[in-house]
Amino acid sequence: MAKKAIVGEKLGMTQVWDEDNQIVPVTVLRVAPARVVQVRTTEKDGYAALQVTYGQRDGRKLPKGLSGHYESAGVEPGVRLVELRIDDVSGYEVGQELAADIFEAGEGIDVTAVSRGKGFAGVMKRHGFAGQGASHGVHRAHRKPGAIGQCATPSRVFKGVKMAGRMGGTRVTTLNLEVVSADTDKGVLLVKGAVPGPKGAVVIVRNAVKGKANASGGAG
Amino acid sequence: MKSTDLIDQASMRSDLPEFSPGDTLKVHVKVIEGSKERVQVFQGVVIARQGGGIQETFTVRKLSSGVGVERTFPLHSPIIEKIELFSRGDVRRAKLFYLRDRVGKAARVRELRD
Repeated sequence: MAKKAIVGEKLGMTQVWDEDNQIVPVTVLRVAPARVVQVRTTEKDGYAALQVTYGQRDGRKLPKGLSGHYESAGVEPGVRLVELRIDDVSGYEVGQELAADIFEAGEGIDVTAVSRGKGFAGVMKRHGFAGQGASHGVHRAHRKPGAIGQCATPSRVFKGVKMAGRMGGTRVTTLNLEVVSADTDKGVLLVKGAVPGPKGAVVIVRNAVKGKANASGGAG
Repeated sequence: MKSTDLIDQASMRSDLPEFSPGDTLKVHVKVIEGSKERVQVFQGVVIARQGGGIQETFTVRKLSSGVGVERTFPLHSPIIEKIELFSRGDVRRAKLFYLRDRVGKAARVRELRD
């Protein structure tokens, strides 16, 4: 599992030039300093995680339970609470601040967010089916899946057969992206390539747990 | 204002002249050969400008030993050392793709006189 993580907001995509004057497509993530509200440990909670918040929110407008939660931690209320699952929380304490500089340029990261909802989608879009011919006598079946099973044996459709249905709006993690730059002053993280979710989506960034370069760190 | 403007501003250039389709430019391009860097000049007619902001590109067309050569540059690219405005062109449209079908005298762009 991950060794470090932070929460951010997707701002959108643009491009920058690298030192070889090549264009690099980047996603801009706004990473406001995150404050640790609670440290969850294996002994007490059954799993290790950091509960963090970021941004500002009027403390008077909070529900009493939530305001008590912030108060007992002694942390200024933020826009939302997010849990970051990490291996080892022993180095962290309540009230500590995490900023974009926990990552550095060139580092591998995984980014998690809720993907854009696509609504009710057909099998071509949802599962990448090939569809059927545009011609050669195909009659009103150009984007249909075709057969979904056999006949008298088994005389039913197997569970899990790919069909049309709701697509998107699920938690998606993109693995092994690369940090192009991490700027704590501006509070932004530039990530090479695309990141799940629409603009404004809440994203969780953690160090990459798979892949060759991270094999030693990923074993834990 | 776009939410990524903050990042774009750092790589946008303000040292380039204003030019439009039909103009003839001398684009000074940095070329890296081995470990050496030198400047090459690409001179031709701007036949298109496309996109906006940091992503804007322009296309320059020239004739090189009788063969048409087009090169598209990102406007804010750091490989462009400078852009020299050679002459202004008098044209009526934004995209001059019709020049591709023309040769010789017909392929010329009238110079703008004021």
